[in-house]
Amino acid sequence: MNPLESNKTYQNYVDKKSPNSPILKNCFNAFWVGGLICTIGQIILNICIERGFDTQTSGTIVSILLIAISAFLTGLNLFNKIGKFAGAGSLIPITGFANSIVSPAMEYKSEGYVMGVGGKMFTVAGPVLVFGISASIIVGIIFLIFNTQNITLV
Amino acid sequence: MEKLGKQTIKFDTPPTILECSSIVGPKEAQGPLAKYFDKTLEDEFWGENSWEKAESKIIKENVSMLISKSGVSTTDIDCVFAGDLLNQCISSSFGLRDINIPFFGIFGACSTFVEAMSLGSIAIEGFAKNVLCATSSHFCSAEKQFRFPLELGNQRPPTSQWTVTGSGATILSKNGNGPYITHITPGKIVDMGIKDANNMGAAMAPAFCDTLITHFNDTGRVPSYYDAIISGDLGYIGKDIAIDIAKSQGYNIKSNYNDCRSSYF
Repeated sequence: MNPLESNKTYQNYVDKKSPNSPILKNCFNAFWVGGLICTIGQIILNICIERGFDTQTSGTIVSILLIAISAFLTGLNLFNKIGKFAGAGSLIPITGFANSIVSPAMEYKSEGYVMGVGGKMFTVAGPVLVFGISASIIVGIIFLIFNTQNITLV
Repeated sequence: MEKLGKQTIKFDTPPTILECSSIVGPKEAQGPLAKYFDKTLEDEFWGENSWEKAESKIIKENVSMLISKSGVSTTDIDCVFAGDLLNQCISSSFGLRDINIPFFGIFGACSTFVEAMSLGSIAIEGFAKNVLCATSSHFCSAEKQFRFPLELGNQRPPTSQWTVTGSGATILSKNGNGPYITHITPGKIVDMGIKDANNMGAAMAPAFCDTLITHFNDTGRVPSYYDAIISGDLGYIGKDIAIDIAKSQGYNIKSNYNDCRSSYF
């Protein structure tokens, strides 16, 4: 068979030839590291509630602490090692979001504080923010329309 | 200088590769080729405050090391062909601004060095006595420009490649006793539609084979004519693919073919 016959046959040939990511291992590591991060969050939450904060404030404290820890570990050049090992496990929780903002801030510091750090801080997290905020606005509008029609959604 | 076949150029007075030198970063220094490099760095910054500046310094120091090693005085070098991976070739243009030699900035991504040597050879057939060819790359500056920040916690798939931190440079000369550059075969752009940025070897292998086979056809040679056939930057998977493609076109290159990238780390 000639792999160069067409783009399609070449793509198929390359797919067969290239080693796949070790999905099972990656999933397992993502599962337990992600679970561990969430457990830490839950422990913080329980401690806060124990100390007399209401649930909403406790949730905010959890986010703040996890973001701070993640940003700190990014600064120590440790978070990328965790991320390499755990993949989505450390990327999907709020820790990954903090990392995606701190890492470009560090990377572009050499281009100055205004145009470097300020301008390029959101190169990775930007799409998440744009589409996250857009989605929440659309949901908000739908919610408003239904509410004014006296249809209760939630 | 004469054209052979479709794409190959044959030189009447083949330029000699007079001298060469290299500087590499810490990761390359731990690889199997470590003892062949002239200088290895202990850290990626080399005392600079940005990776781009570090890369400029690497090419600058490498070129000045090369010139002193070769014994050719700067005034006897007619021109420089140099390039790198960054926007506007900033590493080479900033790194080489102080050497006061006419400068051709070139961009060929992974093929920049061979492109420099090809153009340098043509210059020697034309007007030049000595030509300097240089290139550089830096893992950190390349990741920053083309991929993600280094501190981002993402995973690299097994097909992804690692940009070399370092610089290579050589002086080509009209007078010398070899090794000679006798022929060059500039390749066409061959795009088989690979979209995976983490599988560059698969994207480049068809172009490599196309150029190689054109070279065989133009010169009337066969793979066994050569002691070694070497590609620049295909990696382990790309190397396998190249062997397969060449085989499917009726050329067996398995015994004397190697790839630089699969030798580095």
